[in-house]
Amino acid sequence: MISVSDVNLTFETNDGPVNALRSVSLEVNEGDFVSFIGPSGCGKTTLLRVIAALETPTDGKVIVNNMTPDEARKAREYGYVFQAAGLYPWRTVSGNIKLPLEIMGYSASEKEDRTRKVIDLVELKGFEKKFPWQLSGGMQQRASIARALAFDANILLMDEPFGALDEIVRDRLNGELLNLWGRTDKTICFVTHSIPEAVFLSTKIVVMSPRPGRITDVIESPLPKNRDLNIRDSQEFIKIAQRVREGLKAGQTEDVF
Amino acid sequence: MKTSYLANKFIPVSTIVILIGIFWYLVAVPMNSDKVSRQFKNLPTGEHILKCWSLKKPKLPTPHQIITEMVNTIFFKKISSKRSLVYHGWITLQATLAGFFLGTLLGILLALGIVHNKAMDLSVMPWVIASQTIPILAIAPMIIVVMNSVGVTGLLPKAIISMYLSFFPVVVGMVKGLRSPDQIQLDQMKTWSASSNQILWYLRFPSSLPFLFASLKVGVAASLVGAIVGELPSGAIAGLGARMLAGTYYGQTIMIWSALFAAAFIAAFLVFTIDFLQKITLKKMAIIR
Repeated sequence: MISVSDVNLTFETNDGPVNALRSVSLEVNEGDFVSFIGPSGCGKTTLLRVIAALETPTDGKVIVNNMTPDEARKAREYGYVFQAAGLYPWRTVSGNIKLPLEIMGYSASEKEDRTRKVIDLVELKGFEKKFPWQLSGGMQQRASIARALAFDANILLMDEPFGALDEIVRDRLNGELLNLWGRTDKTICFVTHSIPEAVFLSTKIVVMSPRPGRITDVIESPLPKNRDLNIRDSQEFIKIAQRVREGLKAGQTEDVF
Repeated sequence: MKTSYLANKFIPVSTIVILIGIFWYLVAVPMNSDKVSRQFKNLPTGEHILKCWSLKKPKLPTPHQIITEMVNTIFFKKISSKRSLVYHGWITLQATLAGFFLGTLLGILLALGIVHNKAMDLSVMPWVIASQTIPILAIAPMIIVVMNSVGVTGLLPKAIISMYLSFFPVVVGMVKGLRSPDQIQLDQMKTWSASSNQILWYLRFPSSLPFLFASLKVGVAASLVGAIVGELPSGAIAGLGARMLAGTYYGQTIMIWSALFAAAFIAAFLVFTIDFLQKITLKKMAIIR
């Protein structure tokens, strides 16, 4: 589905070159829920942007749905959810969800159908005619997810979508996201800096370290696909969280030198 | 709500108007005193001051003289008459609106070019800024004369001068406005593989509207100045500028001041109209609430 092999990315900055990604290799299979976790500067967002063709790697090979990332972008193979909801203030919730559909030239009836479907999916029914400022932060982010789902790409890339929300809302949205993932058969790549979030959501956890940005551990989660929030108290969950924490720590000690 | 309107708008504004009025009448006395002394010998002080406020050709006419002149020339002259301020105001307003329209169009087109074309981005802006450093009073007669020599007279040369002044705020505001979407919004468009026309239409243009309206308010006032300046050197016989010029020839200060006030009222009317359009548009777009 997504294959990243030996990717390097160096940004030229005023303070000299910055190694954002070094020798990053990764396989994401269809239906996976993959989390990228690591401290800031570890390249997790950059990796997601490389997959989305928003950044071009210095060298290495990336394949998305048997295409180059840029071909995949043009073929609208993925939906991308940004850190900020980025809703257009002059459009209602349904207007915002229709925006990518308008750009992609869907027919009017198709737009209506798809909008209704994804509004149901993210549980925003009754809020179609509201403007973004009338919604809470959590609801705005749900609308933003609905917008990324509207054109039914089979890959969903999410860059810390719940980072700005409080923990209670975040827990609820995490539950809803898992539910949504279970009902559709999307492949999800999810950037986060929260260990419980990563462990709770993922089938595969990619632990990353900064300077240079690299992968230090890839954990295949043994947790069942159907899970609820209570699983966070189970032995298995705690064990995976520990391994993630150790992976993060290992990256840090190397950093001292 | 009502009291806050009184406290926030009406009382402060009318206080300033009254203060300016008092100051005006006070200053009118020393300004016109010489002329009164020459015409009337040995008047008692009270009558001397009253005369200072009611001369036929004073150095500084008083507000009530200007208002009387304006009421006479606006309401009690046929609007087709050369003595009607409505007639002159309408001539100037036409040139203003034509120039404002052309200037807005030119400004938006230049801004679109600057935002979409790297070469224009690097080359056009310095010229736009340079154009505004040339004093309009120097260039206005040349535009009139050149256009006159190719047989273009009347409204168009004035409109060109108006355009010259009004396109500038529109370019500056629109460039800023079209560039106001943040990186996330532009990246988002890219993930949808949107064309640059779609980005312009769905994102850049709506985002630029608050900037556009702010520019239009400055631009429309500049347009009016341009139209009046265009009437000064051209030997024009109609328009508020021509009216002011005629006033200076014949020492008709009251006429100059009433043309000046008419221009100020027209400018205020135009700016408030755009302000009103801005409020309803942005409210409709839910940008302001």
